[in-house]
Order: sequence, then C-alpha cells, then structure tokens
Amino acid sequence: MELFSALNISKQFSGHKALDNVSINIPEGSIFGLLGPNGAGKTTFIRIINQIIAPDDGKLFYNGRELKPNDIYNIGYLPEERGLYKKMTVGEQAMYLAQLKGLSRQEAQRRLNHWFEKFEMKSWWNKKVEELSKGMQQKVQFLITIIHEPKLLIFDEPFSGFDPINASMLKDEIIAQKENGATIIFSTHNMASVEELCDHISLINNSRVVLDGRVRDIKKTYKTNTFEISYTNYQAELSGILPSAFTIIKEWNDHDLRMATVRIPSDSGPNQLISSLLPYVMLHSFIELVPNMNDIFIKVVTEEKTEAVLN
Amino acid sequence: MTILGPLLMAAIVIVPIYMATRGNEMKTVAVIDQTGIFFEKFKDTDNIKFHYLVSDIGSAKSGFRKSGDYALLFIPKTEVSIPTNAILYAENNVSINVKSYIRNVMTKQVEDMKLEAKLKDLQTDKNNPLNVEDILRSVKTIIDVNTIKITDEGKEEKSYTEISMVLGTFAGILIYFFIFMFGSQVMRGVIEEKTNRIIEVIISSVKPFELMMGKIIGVGLVGLTQFLLWVVLTFGIVTVVTSTFAGKGAHKPSIEQTVIQNATKYNPDNLAMPDSSALIKPQDEGVNQIFEALNSVNFPVMIGAFIFFFLFGYLMYGALFAAIGGAVDSEADTQQFMLPITVPLILSIVMMQYFIQDPSGQVAFWFSVFPLTAPVAMMIRIPFGVPYWQVALSMGLLIITFLGTTWMAAKIYRTGILMYGKKVSYKELWKWLRY
Repeated sequence: MELFSALNISKQFSGHKALDNVSINIPEGSIFGLLGPNGAGKTTFIRIINQIIAPDDGKLFYNGRELKPNDIYNIGYLPEERGLYKKMTVGEQAMYLAQLKGLSRQEAQRRLNHWFEKFEMKSWWNKKVEELSKGMQQKVQFLITIIHEPKLLIFDEPFSGFDPINASMLKDEIIAQKENGATIIFSTHNMASVEELCDHISLINNSRVVLDGRVRDIKKTYKTNTFEISYTNYQAELSGILPSAFTIIKEWNDHDLRMATVRIPSDSGPNQLISSLLPYVMLHSFIELVPNMNDIFIKVVTEEKTEAVLN
Repeated sequence: MTILGPLLMAAIVIVPIYMATRGNEMKTVAVIDQTGIFFEKFKDTDNIKFHYLVSDIGSAKSGFRKSGDYALLFIPKTEVSIPTNAILYAENNVSINVKSYIRNVMTKQVEDMKLEAKLKDLQTDKNNPLNVEDILRSVKTIIDVNTIKITDEGKEEKSYTEISMVLGTFAGILIYFFIFMFGSQVMRGVIEEKTNRIIEVIISSVKPFELMMGKIIGVGLVGLTQFLLWVVLTFGIVTVVTSTFAGKGAHKPSIEQTVIQNATKYNPDNLAMPDSSALIKPQDEGVNQIFEALNSVNFPVMIGAFIFFFLFGYLMYGALFAAIGGAVDSEADTQQFMLPITVPLILSIVMMQYFIQDPSGQVAFWFSVFPLTAPVAMMIRIPFGVPYWQVALSMGLLIITFLGTTWMAAKIYRTGILMYGKKVSYKELWKWLRY
C-alpha cells in the first residue's frame, strides 16, 4: 500500500524544466531515498509534496486519495535550508511551531516536555536560540519536525552539518520513527546513509526519474558477477588456470596475499570459479563484489551525461 | 536601475520646481468694502485678481456660490473710522497666500492712514516733542482677517487656516513616519525569516500569502495600537488642560458680532473707556481663540480619516515592503528596490508646502488622488475641508491600489522567499509576477 504517490509531475521555472513527468510511489512504512545530483529537482519535488509550490501538471495522492491542503498536518518537513528565530527563546519557538502544525497549546506543551526530557534539553527552554550551538539548534529543528507525529516525514539532507555523534543519534531516531509507523522520504547525497537506511529509492537526474525501485532489487540489477579473491601458494598464473570465458580484471599483491578480481559470465556461478581455482591455489577469501549505491549513482548519472552529449 | 535611479531622483527635484513655476490657478476675490478705504487698494497679482462689488453683504453671500469667485472679502463698516477686521468668505479654506496678501495690503493701508493723521496732529500741536518711537507704536496695526467657510448647505462656519495647517502638517508627517517605520519593520521581518532559513519550515505549515499578510497585519495592528495610545493620552492631556484653563469660554457670540465688536474694541481711540464686550482680557481672548479653533476641528473626521489613510496607506506600502524583503537576501540589497517606493512618499512630503498654501488647488488635488501619494497628501488637506467626492475617490483608488500591490507582492514574495544567493533584478521580478 502506498502512503504517498506522485503521478506525472511537471514543473517549469522561466524556461527551465525543473521536473519532467516525475512519478513516484512511496510504500507505507518504508524509508524512501530521493537521490540525485545537485540541481536535479529534488528540492522542487519536496516543495511540491509540501504544497509550498504547485506543480504545473500532474497529481499527488496521499493515502489513496488526492492530496488536500490540510494534509500538511500529516507531514513533517525538515528542509535543507533550515533555521530558527535567533532572538526567540527555544521554548517559545517550539511552542509556536508546534501550534502552527495544528497542536493545541496543552498538547504541544505536553509533547515538548516529553521530548525535551528525552533529548536532555530541559535546560535550554528559556535560552535564546542564538545561545545554542549549531548541533543543539539542529536537535531543536528535528524535534519540531516530528512533534505533531506526522505519518509522512521528509528530511532534506538531514545529516549535513551534524557531527558524527549527533548524526548517529539522528539516524537512530529516524529508524525509531519508522518503527513507530511513519513513512520517511529522505533526500541526500550521502550514499552510505542511503545504503544503511533506505528500502526504496528514486534517482532523479536532469528533472526526470532515471532509476526507481527497492534498493535490494536495484543492486541485483547492477550486479556484474564480479568476485574478489585472495589466495596463496599458487602454482600457476591465474590466466592459465581459469576458463577462457572468465575475465581477470585486476591482479595485485597485498602483503603475503595474492589478490584478484574476476568477472564470470552470467551463465556460470560462483561455484564454477571456486572449483576451477581449488586445484591450484590455497583460497583465503572469496567475496562477490556487489555494486554499492555510490557506484550505481555515478554510473547512472555519467551514462545519462554521455547520452546527452551523444544526442 | 542605473537609469531608473537618476530618473526618480530627478523627479523629486523637478516636480516641485515645475509645480512652483507653473504657479497656482488664478483666483478671483470679490471685495465689499463698506469703509471705502480700500477701494482700488488691492492690486492684482500673478494669481489673485480683485473686483469690487457694491451690493450688500447678504445678497453677495447668497450669490457667491454661483459667482465662481474664489473668495468674498467683506470689510465691515466700523463705528469709528479705522477698520481692524475683515471677513473672508470662501467655499473651502482660503489659501494662506491670499489671506496674508489681503492682510498685508490692509495693514499697510491702515498704517499709512494712521501715520498721516499722526503727522497732521503733530503739525498742529507744536507743544508735543517729536518722538519716533511713540509714533511707530501708535501707528502699529494688527488686522484680523477671519475666514468663514460657506458650506454646501449654505451654512457658515468659521475656519482657522493656521490650525488646519498645523494639524495637516502634523497628520501628514505622522502618516509618513508610520508608513516608513512600520513598512520597513515588515521588510526587516521578512528578511530576517529568510536569512534565518526558518521560512521554509513555516511555509510548509501556512501558505506564503497567509504568512505575508499575517506579518503585514500584525505589524499594522502594533502601529494602530501605538497610534490609538497616543490619541488617548493626548486627548487626556488636552482635556485636563482645557478644563483647567478654559472654563469661561462658555458663551460664544456669533462670529460677525464678535468681529464688529472687536472692531470697536481694538480701536486705539476707544481703548481708554472699555465697553461691555471688552470685559474679556486680550490674553484670555487668545487662549479662547485657540480652543475655539480646536473646537472647530472635526476630530472624529480627522481621526477617522487618519486611521483609514494610515491603515490603507500602510497596507499598500507594507505589501511593497514585504515584496522587497522577499526578493532580497539581506538588508544591504534593498536599496535599489527601495528607491521607487520612497520617492512618492518623499515627494508628498516635499510638496507639502504647496498643499498647505492651496489646499483645494490642482496640485493638492492630484497628489491626494494618486494612490501612492494620497495617504500623506490627503491627510494634509483633510483639516482644511475637502469635498466628499474627492475623499471618496482618493479612498477608492487607494483601496484598489492596495489590492493591486498585495496581489503583486504575493507573487514576488512567494517566489522570492525560496530564492537564495541570487542578485535579483527588475527584469527578474517582472518574470516572477507572471508565474
């Protein structure tokens, strides 16, 4: 079941197409990665979801029906460019923003008390925002994003500017939100975090969706049947041992070990590689090289670029 | 902007000069001189023409509205030979130029007459030593020119050009300051939200238009509260002072009666033996006159008009200020957009003297109808009395312009607040308007 979907969204800014027929389905309870290079149109798309700007064309669906203006109360949004009123106190500001999201005064107070306690922020309540460090401010911002317990959370580059400790705390909190039943859209350049967190991704490049699906499936598609092996006691060169259909990509020495990466044809399996090696070498390790999201990202984007040049 | 800037600056310099050289329209003043002293003494000037009537004042007044004359000058016959008073009837408030010209001519004439008489006295009475100081003192004359407005209904009310002038100037400057002060407060607020980067969080909960209007209205209410506080406090002080000083001003003789009585009273020959009307001492008279003048001001209309023109002037300019705030990244970038907004405001202050000199003239009319200058210009004119249709026209245009600027500002604001690190040009703003 999709919590949110977008159908053929297009948006144009003075002669420049920011989004071109973008369709996306976000399954309920998933962490959805919205990826793409700078200027691809991610932020525009997120702003459209938040109804900050309207699409020129296309439809948005929330929970199976068309998105309505007051669905903003079901959405929590942490923008990439985020800030707070510097001269206001933390508590006042948190109360104000929580009430903007539709909470009653008492309810806002109750929830804020809970979170301020949990994040050990009690002592900040009467401090002005400008007295807080950047990391502390980001905690406040995060808390405000989730305070109304939205069904759909949108984080635009959430980790930028966080130190490793806070980043890991944030990551845990995002996972906790998911476990509580929230669906999360997560826009980032940080491919390591995508790999760690996301179930689904959409890769937007040049205003279009160029790659879309479950992370596991995508990785499978981009698998190249390449293996990395390490061995000792070899009696012959690898090129003499392996069947001719196998390609040796690289060979090198790592201390006492001899290393190599080998690509096998798609009709043969890892067992064939192992059995052809075993009579001649002592095998220390055998790993299938699965492309990481970083590689896939670069591959897709650069391919697009060359295509664009060719066209 | 390199071209627009000098153009706008030039406008500030050229418009007033042009208006000044173009001069005011010719005004004709009908004169009824019962004393006969001033016959042919009022010389026509570049913009005032005089003609003499021989009819009685009653029929002249009733025929005045049809005559097309600007004003009717009535110099009543006094029991003694030297007049000290005149009444100037007009449909609107009389321009201060006309009033002071008449006063000067009359003063000069009376002083000349007195001097002549004095010199004749001296010639006959050889015993008196010639004392210049004495002569000058006895010759010194103060002529009272009272202005009376003949209203549409044919009613008459005394008008006080000076008090209108003070009130108009005060109200105009107040509006100017309020618009500037609160307008730039809106702009700074918008810029603050933008540079803080909190704007995106907020507009994910409310619409940009709501946020903008919220800011404008919020700041406007602060301004209004402040103004009302001032009014209440000022009135409080004035009431206390009035009740302490002006207890005796209760009985008010009719204006013309007073004028004629004054004529006898101030006559130097009569000073030695005070008549019944001279029981009020001159300084009390001064205080009384101030209160009488203050009483003549229609404060509910003044305050009502002030609130209207402040509110809509502020809303109109506030929207423009908000648009600027939305379009720029920092206060330093606001200059190029501020200029076109400040020019009309400054112009209406620069032109103030012309509005005051001739509150019902062409210049004052056009400035008080053109929406960007209307709030200040109309407020300057209101105390002098402005025809209802002009006020209505000015208000109507102001409301329409307010809707227009708000619509425009909303478009610029909506796009601008999400735009960072881009030097915005007028061309860019034009594009945003058409999104």
